[in-house]
Amino acid sequence: MRNRIADALKGYGARPYIEVRVEESYTTQLIYRGEKLEVVDKSRSLGGSVRALVDGSWGFVSFSNLEGLKRNVSLAVEEAQMVGGESFEMILSNPVVDKAIAKGGGASIVPLEAKKKILDEYNDIVLSSPRIQSSNIVYRDASSKVVFANSVGSYIEQDKPDLALRIVAIARENGEIQQSGLSMGSRGESSAIEGLQDEVKEVARRARALLDAPEVVGGEYDVILDPVLAGVFVHEAFGHLSESDFVYQNEQLRKIMVLGRRFGGEALNIVDDATIPNLRGSYKYDDEGTPSSRNYLIRNGILTGRLHSRETASRMGEHPTGNARALNYLFSPIVRMSNTFFENGDMSFDNMVADVKEGIYVKDWYGGTTSLEMFTFSGAEAYAIRDGQVEELLRGPVLTGNVFVTLGNIDAIGNDLDMNQGGGCGKWGQSPLPVSNGSPHIRIRRCVVGGK
Amino acid sequence: MERLLQRAMKVAEQAEVFRVSSRRVPVHFEANRLREIQTRESVNVALRIFKDGRIGFARASGFVDEDSLLEMAVQTSQFGPLAKYQFPGLDNYPAVDIFDPAVEKVEMSEMVNMGSNIITAITEHTADILCDASVVKGVSSVQILNSQGGRANYDKSFFGLDLEGTLVRNEDMLFVGESTGSCCLPIGIDGLIDSVKRQLEWAKDLAELPARTLPVIFTPTGVVEALLSPLVKAFSGKMVLEGASPLKGRLGERIFDTKFSLRDDAAISCGSGSRPCDDEGVRSQSLSLISDGEVANFFYDLKTAALAGIQSTGHGDRIGAGFPQPASSSLIVAEGEIAFEDMVADMTEGLIVEQVMGADQGNLLSGDFSGNVLLGYMVENGRIIGRVKNTMISGNVYQILKNIQGIGNKAQWVNGLVYTPYLYCSGVSIASGKRNGG
Repeated sequence: MRNRIADALKGYGARPYIEVRVEESYTTQLIYRGEKLEVVDKSRSLGGSVRALVDGSWGFVSFSNLEGLKRNVSLAVEEAQMVGGESFEMILSNPVVDKAIAKGGGASIVPLEAKKKILDEYNDIVLSSPRIQSSNIVYRDASSKVVFANSVGSYIEQDKPDLALRIVAIARENGEIQQSGLSMGSRGESSAIEGLQDEVKEVARRARALLDAPEVVGGEYDVILDPVLAGVFVHEAFGHLSESDFVYQNEQLRKIMVLGRRFGGEALNIVDDATIPNLRGSYKYDDEGTPSSRNYLIRNGILTGRLHSRETASRMGEHPTGNARALNYLFSPIVRMSNTFFENGDMSFDNMVADVKEGIYVKDWYGGTTSLEMFTFSGAEAYAIRDGQVEELLRGPVLTGNVFVTLGNIDAIGNDLDMNQGGGCGKWGQSPLPVSNGSPHIRIRRCVVGGK
Repeated sequence: MERLLQRAMKVAEQAEVFRVSSRRVPVHFEANRLREIQTRESVNVALRIFKDGRIGFARASGFVDEDSLLEMAVQTSQFGPLAKYQFPGLDNYPAVDIFDPAVEKVEMSEMVNMGSNIITAITEHTADILCDASVVKGVSSVQILNSQGGRANYDKSFFGLDLEGTLVRNEDMLFVGESTGSCCLPIGIDGLIDSVKRQLEWAKDLAELPARTLPVIFTPTGVVEALLSPLVKAFSGKMVLEGASPLKGRLGERIFDTKFSLRDDAAISCGSGSRPCDDEGVRSQSLSLISDGEVANFFYDLKTAALAGIQSTGHGDRIGAGFPQPASSSLIVAEGEIAFEDMVADMTEGLIVEQVMGADQGNLLSGDFSGNVLLGYMVENGRIIGRVKNTMISGNVYQILKNIQGIGNKAQWVNGLVYTPYLYCSGVSIASGKRNGG
């Protein structure tokens, strides 16, 4: 393989600059709906892609046959020449030759039968719970080996194991349908899905409790987010704005996202860090061969950094952060988050609630999306807060707002940081990319909540 | 393919091989400039077997190794669901117009010109707008063969245009956009440009909407984003079978406005969702889902149809070469009689919803939706007065479609997958930065 790639890259260097990725992966998937194990699916994928940079423009070719590598390099160069964009000097770090091999085989070597046994039990727990009508369980594990090589001498082999599990309980009564879910994940370790019996019971209990819960009355409230939902908030509302491919060519947005600008109080710290061991968003090198790093996006309330690919860093006069990631060989790398979180503050949850006259405590993730300045995300369930007391259960509301205003309205940050491994990120058709996000409890003053 | 099928038939009672290969060339523009040209080839193969009465399933993509594919299918069959259906035999599929040889012949340089022309037209209208655009051509080939004699083999072309414009002024951001796709050329470049210009015109001024229940006009894009995703899910035979659909047991009941009819047409000419047969080799048809307000049919794939004791409606859909699931193809909402201008003229105070963000996050099964109005306009005394900001809409699709004030007299394609007119509705509640009055 190494020789074949070297042969195809012969004659290329920094200009034109060529990257080759070859990926082989194995995936196992089990899907339950109700009492039926609906899908048991194994798949294998083998293919690669070439990316060429010529005078500031990219060409990209994905292929399933390695035989034509030389021809595909030429095609990518030809595409890039046709683009003929504005030239720039791309930062190319020193060539890296390395292997980052995962320890053990992880979930991919656990027999199918053992996985099924665990999931069967969880499904039985959900379905045997009162008022539960159906369940939905999606389990997926993957092991992939990715080779990255470029025309300036890098050759990196990496293992990218991943595992994700989502369990949903669907309750129904008198035509009302409510659901509640649990998401977990790991970097391939199958232990992440073991011993969840109590959590699964709790999912079923929450789904049926929501049948009786009223909806939130829409309007503006003081809102407390639990670590799961605050993690979604930091990822969706702020994290995506830190992705420099959104920012670098947009003059106006660059003016907003100016390093040194204050976005929140002194206690506000936001970090993206792919170097933390054993989180789903962790990796040693990104898909441009840049070593990963820990990056403060906001430190003490002030914008101090952002996420970069080699190109965005070069164009903005900053440093590559190792955040250029591709879903698989069929896609070119784009700027993505890894493990993104609010750092701990010092307020306890009780003190946070005590200070709210009329508000909503929103828990757990249901979904979320952003359109730069605006975000919406939905909680799975909520509780009314009145005069400093957490009161009755409410159905999960949708929260929306302007990220700049909202970050400024965070007036309390808890001391109970928790990372959520159950997410997957989508951007520009590349979904779901393994990431994690997290937060302690946070309080947002004056947040718009959708409802009746 | 034939060889793999023959080998699979030696170890299994029934077998099916599905193969889709495609070559797509997307040309991307970012921030008004040509950014990247790609050539994306992919091959996906799936093998489904019935072995000892159970379903085994395996997929391969890229370079396909038949040995490992068969081995994985046999492995999964040990635990797979019981096989309670048959693969369809040889059929004479309808001729569906989905391949235009002109698509393949469009040169990369021609695609670059199309994108540049669109961006030029938009930036001539609004100088400081930043446009991302893509022009995509693609050709795919699908082959299906099974042990019961079923054979399908067709080519499909696709051409698509997509434009998203962002206008940032201080900390205010305006997003406009339109996309169109078809199996056939020519494609409506002018229509796309006109639509984006119209959005820019209507969004020129800002307007403040009161937070309460107001009449709403959904544009064709708004219909798709806010109303159709919760609705269509309920017509999936799978949801019905599981009892998760609120429409279960309500076939023939009139639960929508009598003016409202919706059908799924997998055989419509040039539709991006069209094909002679579904991904399991069952012939395509035009299937009425809602007929004059009555729940007419649900859509099924082989498996859910067998469980329901009926025939597949030809809605077995795979993502890549994934396991087939019932899914809609091209959705057609029947036209009504009211011109869009007359809907606007009829409103004393109301909202036009064009793009909604996060509408698919609510509890879809119950028909509830809730989302941020990414692009919407306020109407006052029969006139569009400007764009609304920081506004959420919420409602229940079943309640909204029970009494529709008016259905537009001119349907439009949205993304080549839905053909719908404007819908003039009531009962949508609106939340903004201000607390709801009353």
